[in-house]
Amino acid sequence: MAIAAQRKIPFVGTVDTNPETKPFFDGCAAGKLVLPQCVATKKFIWYPRGISPFTLGPVEWKEVSGKGTVYTYSVMERANPPYCIAYVELAEGPKMMTNIVDIDFKDVKIGMNVKLKFIQTEGDGPPMPFFTPA
Amino acid sequence: MSLKGAGYIVGAWEHPTRKATDKSVTLLHAECAKGALDDAGLTKDDVDAYYCAGDAPGLGPMSMIDYMGLKVRHMDSTDVGGSSYQVAVGHALEAIATGRANVCLITLAGRPRSEGQATGTAPRAGSPAQPEMQFEYPYGPATANMYAMCATRHMHEYGTTSEQLAWIKVAASHHAQHNPHAMLRDVVTVEDVVNSPMVASPLHRLDCCVISDGGGALIVTKPEIAKSLKRPLVKVIGVGEAPKNQAGGAVDLVYSAARWSGPPAWEMSGIKPSDIKYASIYDSFTITVLMQLEDLGFCEKGQGGKFVSDGNLISGVGKLPFNTDGGGLCSNHPANRGGITKIIEAVRQLRGEAHPAVQVKNCDLAMAHGTGGSLGTRHVGSTVILERE
Repeated sequence: MAIAAQRKIPFVGTVDTNPETKPFFDGCAAGKLVLPQCVATKKFIWYPRGISPFTLGPVEWKEVSGKGTVYTYSVMERANPPYCIAYVELAEGPKMMTNIVDIDFKDVKIGMNVKLKFIQTEGDGPPMPFFTPA
Repeated sequence: MSLKGAGYIVGAWEHPTRKATDKSVTLLHAECAKGALDDAGLTKDDVDAYYCAGDAPGLGPMSMIDYMGLKVRHMDSTDVGGSSYQVAVGHALEAIATGRANVCLITLAGRPRSEGQATGTAPRAGSPAQPEMQFEYPYGPATANMYAMCATRHMHEYGTTSEQLAWIKVAASHHAQHNPHAMLRDVVTVEDVVNSPMVASPLHRLDCCVISDGGGALIVTKPEIAKSLKRPLVKVIGVGEAPKNQAGGAVDLVYSAARWSGPPAWEMSGIKPSDIKYASIYDSFTITVLMQLEDLGFCEKGQGGKFVSDGNLISGVGKLPFNTDGGGLCSNHPANRGGITKIIEAVRQLRGEAHPAVQVKNCDLAMAHGTGGSLGTRHVGSTVILERE
């Protein structure tokens, strides 16, 4: 196997559909991963939202390191081109859904270190965070 | 107030079709309703409560009650995917126990096969207002790779193997050979499963359920009515429902919601897993069965692989006969929702009306567990425990 062609990345709606998530998309446009942090518990939250699921209290939007490890993955062999969906456990705690890209998929392993890479979505969609081997 | 014994399942009917090119979804619902009423020895005019979920076209009960000409005083359309029908049994019990219903009709139907849905492999875009949609859809979440990620992690934490998962399909196929309506009737081996094409690693084609049209219906009624009918008495003695999700990022994919829906059902019933003679376990994929068996307490967490191996789920061979109709893995998965057929086969077993080749001897206690949604993101587990009286 070799490195598969990068599939086109779809996006639904616009970055304005859910107005309170604008800081996340502003971060993506600037090449930064910006996530909500629960003000009371200091826990970072995935997926992005404007209220804490831990307290129903406020969140602050903060840039995270973009470093993480692969928690689990699956290579979608039936797709053309195939792609590797994964959950990455961020250094700051939460696990986020993503794809592992720019790698021969047979080399993806649980626990491997990964780093951020932003990829433009189709149409007028925003760049979104993906991960590559660190 | 305990719901134990508040209701009996007196009608259970599964549509024989697996491909319904000439019928609408609403007609399938109505045919299932008629089938279950005939099975119970009741008529449409006896029904005073109706339950359906997201597979019913239109505005749920409003549309279906109109279409079928029902007159009801209680209704519910809780939609939690494939486990909605176990949930509906519990909600019907609540209505009966509080005097708001006497005869409850539950229906499911769908035709994803005729409609050509790529149910498991094509990511489905929902409304961008669905809160997770914009943060998941770009990554290509399809049903198969969501469950596959659970399998990858389970293998990593507990050493579970593809061959162990394959035993679940092997057991289902041993049962399906006796079901004339099953889509896949050939008995398969572990090798057949692990050598079938990879769909979403580590799940192969034969780790997946079928895509079928069809449906089913149930009648749940109060004890006085159940005892006036001519059918064997199947009493509902335990119900439980529970959600599981990403917990704000604290994702843990080796557990299913059965870990939380099981305990209240066991407690209500007063029985334990080792008392169960037959189990219907939701089987969208082989990994679904394995994780639910662990989470329902049939074996220790992480020991599911060993538990399912060597035919332990095959009727007449192993300790826990499961899905003796062939289940979703081999028989059918109408509307991409397998909850109701799980209950129907459990009722058949308790009545002694399963196929003789798979009928469990002296089957007096059974379980039917459903999982709806996606094991890899958010789902609801729902557990029903039944007793032959």
